Amino acid sequence: MSNSLKQLRAARKDWEDGPVAKSIGRFPERKEEFVTLSETPVKRLYCPLDIPDFDYLKELGFPGQYPFTRGNQPTLYRGRLWTMRQYAGFGTAEESNKRYRYLLDQGQTGLSVAFDLPTQIGYDSDHALAQGEVGKVGVAIDSLADMETLFANIPLDKVSTSMTINAPAAILLAMYIVLAEKQGVSTSEIAGTIQNDILKEYVARGTYIYPPKSSMRLITDIFAYCSQQVPRWNTISISGYHIREAGCTAVQEVAFTLADGIAYVEAAMGAGLDVDDFAPRLSFFFNAQMDLLEEVAKFRAARRLWARIMKERFGAKNPRSMMLRFHTQTAGCALTAQQPDNNVIRVTLQALAAALGGTQSLHTNSRDEALSLPTEDSVTIALRTQQVIAYESGVTATVDPLAGSYYVESMTNKIEEEALNYINKIDELGGAVAAIEHGFIQREIQESAYTYQKSVESGDRVIVGINRFLMKEEKLPELLRVDPKVEAHQKAVLNRLRQERNNASVQTALQQLGEVARTDANLMPTIISAVRTYATLGEISDVLRQVFGEYEPSVIF
Amino acid sequence: MKRPIRVLIAKPGLDGHDRGAKVLARAMRDAGMEVIYTGLRQTPEQIVEAAIQEDVNVIGLSCLSGAHNHLFPEITKLLREKNADDILVVGGGIIPEEDIEGLQEAGISAIFTPGTSTVDAINYIKEHARQ
Repeated sequence: MSNSLKQLRAARKDWEDGPVAKSIGRFPERKEEFVTLSETPVKRLYCPLDIPDFDYLKELGFPGQYPFTRGNQPTLYRGRLWTMRQYAGFGTAEESNKRYRYLLDQGQTGLSVAFDLPTQIGYDSDHALAQGEVGKVGVAIDSLADMETLFANIPLDKVSTSMTINAPAAILLAMYIVLAEKQGVSTSEIAGTIQNDILKEYVARGTYIYPPKSSMRLITDIFAYCSQQVPRWNTISISGYHIREAGCTAVQEVAFTLADGIAYVEAAMGAGLDVDDFAPRLSFFFNAQMDLLEEVAKFRAARRLWARIMKERFGAKNPRSMMLRFHTQTAGCALTAQQPDNNVIRVTLQALAAALGGTQSLHTNSRDEALSLPTEDSVTIALRTQQVIAYESGVTATVDPLAGSYYVESMTNKIEEEALNYINKIDELGGAVAAIEHGFIQREIQESAYTYQKSVESGDRVIVGINRFLMKEEKLPELLRVDPKVEAHQKAVLNRLRQERNNASVQTALQQLGEVARTDANLMPTIISAVRTYATLGEISDVLRQVFGEYEPSVIF
Repeated sequence: MKRPIRVLIAKPGLDGHDRGAKVLARAMRDAGMEVIYTGLRQTPEQIVEAAIQEDVNVIGLSCLSGAHNHLFPEITKLLREKNADDILVVGGGIIPEEDIEGLQEAGISAIFTPGTSTVDAINYIKEHARQ
């Protein structure tokens, strides 16, 4: 230890034995132990002693340079603000198209499509299991015809579109590609993201269809196809968001997300792809929770750890392969149904964490989402929250403004180190797929979720309006309701499609798809051909179900 | 000694959000109840069949997708058809206040919305479950 650190240590001891002890003697601290939202202990004060081996160039470097701790772009928000991208969609394609055009008119800069659960699980709207779910949590898409309606009067060369779709991602991407062709837009011009992250579906989100092996093949087929044909498309959004919503900690969010990322990289390299051909199009998706500084440290740690993994473990050469580019959404699970207007403040703090953490795009939740889908008024406030942070708060004027904070740097180191420990443990279990099959990741998440719940119920953790500062509420907020007629309407549209399309060419395309699925050939071209005949999402998914089988989850709690 | 209360925690429909269901299942187990969790994507028929086969006193339904008005009453209807409507049915999820009355009329005894403590849910079940 250098002399200056020795002096500092002595000075800190004097301060603790003197002023601190005296102060605590008169006014005890509010709690014995302070912890972050993720139960990490927080010290009274951080100083250079908490980052004793701090090496600026090695740990941080400059923005746009390895290890990208301070951000992916040299000028970050001075050059371009993050993309304000509100996840939206409900009911019919017509209604969702109206909401998208409204959001674009309000200054939103990218689209983010929410699909209903039948679409996400590969069932057409007239399937028995779809009943009651059609159009509820997103828009119902049965065929290319619905996509044509969804994007009517929205030029695909002018917007970037993110689609929250996983198991049937190849089908929705195929529909988007054919739609672009019909608009006269080249596939080299379209930009956007498909979530396409099946591993987190098995542990947290639940919209899986096929077993892991076939799911991984679909994903690598998409990587390979897009690297040649759709170069501006983000082929996956490796998501910690839902894992965090399921109750894990900040460290676990980083660890499990990057472990999934490692599994995808290994699968693609195993299929013969060169790492630098597909890795620049990998993107990520994180949660922004309530603990502002822990979250900022989390984003920075994730960026640094991924850069190191890509360079050291996978030998990536292209710096773009090492960059962790991410979308952020504020934490749905932090919203309260009680005193819902308080959620505007929660979302503001979470969105600020994302901005201070250097996110590439952001969705801010609406105040009423613990009660139902958001109304247009609530969505507008949520979008305005981002605009106030971006244009008024001043945090966008300089890159990574919290760097050098003893607390934030110390926390960044700690999160990286603990996440790496988890990744090593997952490697020992045989990688993310094996760790999921063992139930390791699920159990870790559930343990954290239960610990959190107990800390709220014991009152150790204060949540305004839940266990402190309660009040009687009388006025019910106005809520958005999906018209129950949506389901009947969607089924009628689908029924008409089945009668009017050329069913012979649909059958030929589906038969070809089944044949290709039984080989090792890339599935994308045949899925695109099938989509072009107006074969439905359910029909295409069923062909693949017959070949691949369905995932059988083990129930763990 | 009294037999412990047996509970089936179930996820009807296609919704995949099961944090609440699992936290509650665990809290009930810690409170001495016998808990069975169905896992995701159960049809009303599967849930009712499991409840009867497992001889439970209580079914706890969880749905965050907005399909509760379709799915929950279907389950109580099937229970009546099978003469198993002595089973207490409760539910939770993203359920607007104005839907609660209709669900109660359909035989769902109580709806626990976000923010409910597990202690309150467990106490309700202890008071109302028929053993």
